[in-house]
Amino acid sequence: MATVALKAGARFKSAVCDTQVMVIKAPAGDYTLECGGVLMIAPNEDAAGELNPEHAGGTQMGKRYVDPDEKFELLCTKPGKGSLVLDGTPLDVKQAKQLPSSD
Amino acid sequence: MNISMLLDMAADAFGERTAVVCGGRSLTYAEVRQKAQRAAAKLRESGVEYLALLDVNGPVLPVAIFAAGYAGIPYVPLNYRLTREEINALLERVTPALLVVGDEFRAQVDKRDDLLMISSDEFISAPAAAFDEEFVDPESVAVQLFTSGTTGKPKAALLRHENLVSYIVGTVEFGAAAEEDAVLVTVPPYHIAGISAVLSSTYACRRMVQLENFEAGAWLKAAQDEMVTNAFVVPTMLGRIIESMESSRETVELPCLKALAYGGGKMPRATIERAMQLMPQVDFTNAYGLTETSSTVAVLTPDDHRLAMASDDEAVRKRIASVGKATGAVEIEIRDEQGQAVAAQQPGMIFVRGGQVSGEYKEQGSTLSEDGWFCTKDLGYLDEDGYLFLEGREDDVIVRGGENISPGEIEDVLISHPAVADVACVAIADEQWGEAVAAAVVLQSGASVSVEDLQALVRERLRSSRVPQRIEFRDELPYNELGKVLRRVIRQDFASLVEAA
Repeated sequence: MATVALKAGARFKSAVCDTQVMVIKAPAGDYTLECGGVLMIAPNEDAAGELNPEHAGGTQMGKRYVDPDEKFELLCTKPGKGSLVLDGTPLDVKQAKQLPSSD
Repeated sequence: MNISMLLDMAADAFGERTAVVCGGRSLTYAEVRQKAQRAAAKLRESGVEYLALLDVNGPVLPVAIFAAGYAGIPYVPLNYRLTREEINALLERVTPALLVVGDEFRAQVDKRDDLLMISSDEFISAPAAAFDEEFVDPESVAVQLFTSGTTGKPKAALLRHENLVSYIVGTVEFGAAAEEDAVLVTVPPYHIAGISAVLSSTYACRRMVQLENFEAGAWLKAAQDEMVTNAFVVPTMLGRIIESMESSRETVELPCLKALAYGGGKMPRATIERAMQLMPQVDFTNAYGLTETSSTVAVLTPDDHRLAMASDDEAVRKRIASVGKATGAVEIEIRDEQGQAVAAQQPGMIFVRGGQVSGEYKEQGSTLSEDGWFCTKDLGYLDEDGYLFLEGREDDVIVRGGENISPGEIEDVLISHPAVADVACVAIADEQWGEAVAAAVVLQSGASVSVEDLQALVRERLRSSRVPQRIEFRDELPYNELGKVLRRVIRQDFASLVEAA
């Protein structure tokens, strides 16, 4: 399976839904990043494929997605129908404690 | 990772929502994006390397910040309160540039071949132009701010896209604002709080209400008229607002106001306590941050404020004078003079680490340690629960009403008087301004000059905020063995004079 380097700031889009993400943090290395059961692609690539109904939980705008250890963090910059999986591990919304507005 | 992504998200999700209101003019998020992209196309075409701004608050602010982001060049807001000479000296450091200038400031700017000028109105009404998004390196500079340093010559602090995006994404929940929410912004565009106000407000998808200049009556009126729910003020502003509320013949109601954040200087305890009594429904937040840390690194939350006010425990009560705990986005550590981390309650130098921390200057480069720690040059200590207490700045910048004043520039003026032999300016505590300027002056033997004459000299050469509130004549100034004037001793002398009085 094709892998990609996840550099902070790198952006990916789903091949099968509207989802777009940006990498907030990730340890150096190559990973398989999927959305909707299909590998995510570069923002300028053409989408092709079909959403796997088993990975159709959806992504939410502006939410941060993390693995259970919070070593990886992706920001959803456009929501879609697929759900995110990294190296076989589903990513979940990070439940951050909300800070009061300071500016 | 580009700050313009924050605007893209807001415009995609809440395009029709009002982004900014100022003096009867307003723009939606979709309009801000359209204008910023058109302006970015113009910036690229012109080939300039910087986008500078010399104007008061207005709808041009978000357009300019994000246009520079889209175009991948640094945004440089300049202090319009500087003298003509100072403004032009700063402009010389950022050319070739496009300068967006308010009509009232145009005459302040010298013509140069490498400086294009455009009025703020013209800049935000650029004609339709094709804009193709290009990749902008997250490590490129998004904002360059000139800070007032101890040496007097302003330093150019650099904030990269990754620093600012890291700050916003780490501390603000996307789209957190309710439809009716509005934040009142009165900090000037050239202050880090003026930058973070735009970015935070955009990412929260909140309506931003701007005032060109702060004046308590206008602030209260705007808060009422625009049904403002949130605001950020420096301590001096809060003092003025309270005075205005208390001296008003009718009761001043702010029924919509939910949250008031403050920072940018030391808040007098009496002021925050009065504010909490006057506005019991309001959530108060104290924010501590620096230009070099992309704004806030610690917050004292509304719950902390209420607990401190209601507690019988002195350690908890005391926290009203703290700046709270590190935000989840950064780590804070106190170190001694040998660079070793110290235990709770032990004073030392405050260090900060995190993605939002830039600690970088154009001339000096990065000042971060190898493992990413930034020395704030602020002194303080942490209590057992991680609350941070500030104890003044290591360098001697005087922070008067949120404005950083370098003692050096005032000393330069005073020493130019023929009767003055030596002089040192330090901060003294001031109820209204947080800190004010005091000067210890040594006269030439046999010479004399009045306090009033020296104050008039500073007012004439610099501006009123630089005028020493207190001037004391001394036989000599204290120096260490390396010939460095001991400001700390002078500060203590002034403090004991104030106490004695």
